[in-house]
Amino acid sequence: MATTIGIWIAAGLTLFIYSFLYKDNPFYKFAEHLYVGITAGYWLIYTWAYTIQPMLLDPIIKNKEFILIIPAFFGVIMLTRWFPSISWLSRWSIAFTVGIGAGLGVTGSIQGFILPQLKSTILPLTGLNFATFNNLLIIFGVFTTLVYFYFSREHKGLLGHTAKVGMTFIMIAFGASFGYTVMARISLLIGRIYFLMFDWIGMMFGK
Amino acid sequence: MKIFEKLSHIDRRFIYILIAIVVIVPLLLKPKLPIVPTKPVKDIYDYVENLPQGSNILISIDYDAASMPEQQPFLEALLRQCFRNKLKPIMIVQWQLGAPLGTTGLEKIAKECNAQYGVDYINLGYRPGYVAQMVGIGREIRDYFAVDYKNVSIDSFPIMRNIHNYNDFALLVGLEAGATYLLWVEYAGGRFKQKIALALNAVSAPDAYYFYQSKQIIGLVGGMKGAAEYEVLENKPDLAVAGMASQSYSHILIILFIVLGNITYFVEKSRKKKEGGR
Repeated sequence: MATTIGIWIAAGLTLFIYSFLYKDNPFYKFAEHLYVGITAGYWLIYTWAYTIQPMLLDPIIKNKEFILIIPAFFGVIMLTRWFPSISWLSRWSIAFTVGIGAGLGVTGSIQGFILPQLKSTILPLTGLNFATFNNLLIIFGVFTTLVYFYFSREHKGLLGHTAKVGMTFIMIAFGASFGYTVMARISLLIGRIYFLMFDWIGMMFGK
Repeated sequence: MKIFEKLSHIDRRFIYILIAIVVIVPLLLKPKLPIVPTKPVKDIYDYVENLPQGSNILISIDYDAASMPEQQPFLEALLRQCFRNKLKPIMIVQWQLGAPLGTTGLEKIAKECNAQYGVDYINLGYRPGYVAQMVGIGREIRDYFAVDYKNVSIDSFPIMRNIHNYNDFALLVGLEAGATYLLWVEYAGGRFKQKIALALNAVSAPDAYYFYQSKQIIGLVGGMKGAAEYEVLENKPDLAVAGMASQSYSHILIILFIVLGNITYFVEKSRKKKEGGR
């Protein structure tokens, strides 16, 4: 019974949302606001149940881990941004976050992105085969794209031509992204229509 | 040339109806189109297929309901493959709103494969922290996941007895709707040399292929198409395969719209130029 009610609610809300394709209307607005409200409520519960209670309140109250009062204090003073006269206090927390982020980011980026990507661009160009052609294409693409982002000199002459080739590579990448984006959006539509046809209508006909 | 003038002012709702038709009709008629698995998808399948029995696979649910049609079919196909090969999926969640989806998929396939909770698989649920958590798992998973998604101590489950950090996972599979995969590659991969496979939403997939080229990930499943390929490899066609015909026909229609739109644009432009010239 609960599943049946759930399917009816989901089907109704899906149709409310799709009614926007015809034109804006109160049904769409209702579904939109409901979605925003439920998502906010869900986040709130999860933040309380998985962050504040188990990682802060329980350790302090049950395990007497009073050291956690320090990060809690930094968390609370983040909220001082709402009060202009003491909003400067929030900078301490932001400085702490930025420091950790930068520390983790610098080492992480070098280890995780820059070195492996550099390594994978140093490719062999030996032999007359398709692999060599592919490698050449990658090296050429990386080089010309980097030239496109070199702005210390005007893009004229050889630099301009090379940058234009780099821009072409970027455009091809954008084209691939656009194609994939179309596929993603159609996938979502397929998912919803599949649900309406087989879960909702199918349920009505006892399939 | 009146037709081009009409086309340039066509009601967008007419386009929506055509798209709806090309999606609905193939779902009803179920035409069979060939789905050939691509190398990035097959690499993941083969890697999982060749893992020794009892290997642990860390599955991270980093998507929510908006990506369900793209990610859920792959999750289910992967779990079927895991249980069939006696591999042990350990599920964690980085996106709060994805927790019910991961749990639903895991419970459904575990029931279908007669897998036992805590012995053959476990659901550790959502924890906040992203980078801190990813780095923390490299030391000891219990620092972040002391209990499972029902608040039961993980030490009470046989599956978790010998699991402490990335060294104990044969593979990390990230099902990704946003940019969380970058953190997995950066920290779990870069710092702890964890083998990673990614299933990305089609929107993000093109941005991750260079990780495949640089061998930072072992394979890549891109959107519903990738999921359909995985379903074919697993020999259990489901939602993703069912949607592929609709996907193909709607793409053809969109290509036609783009071509027609461009022709109309240039014809109208030249007409206006001629009229202006008079």
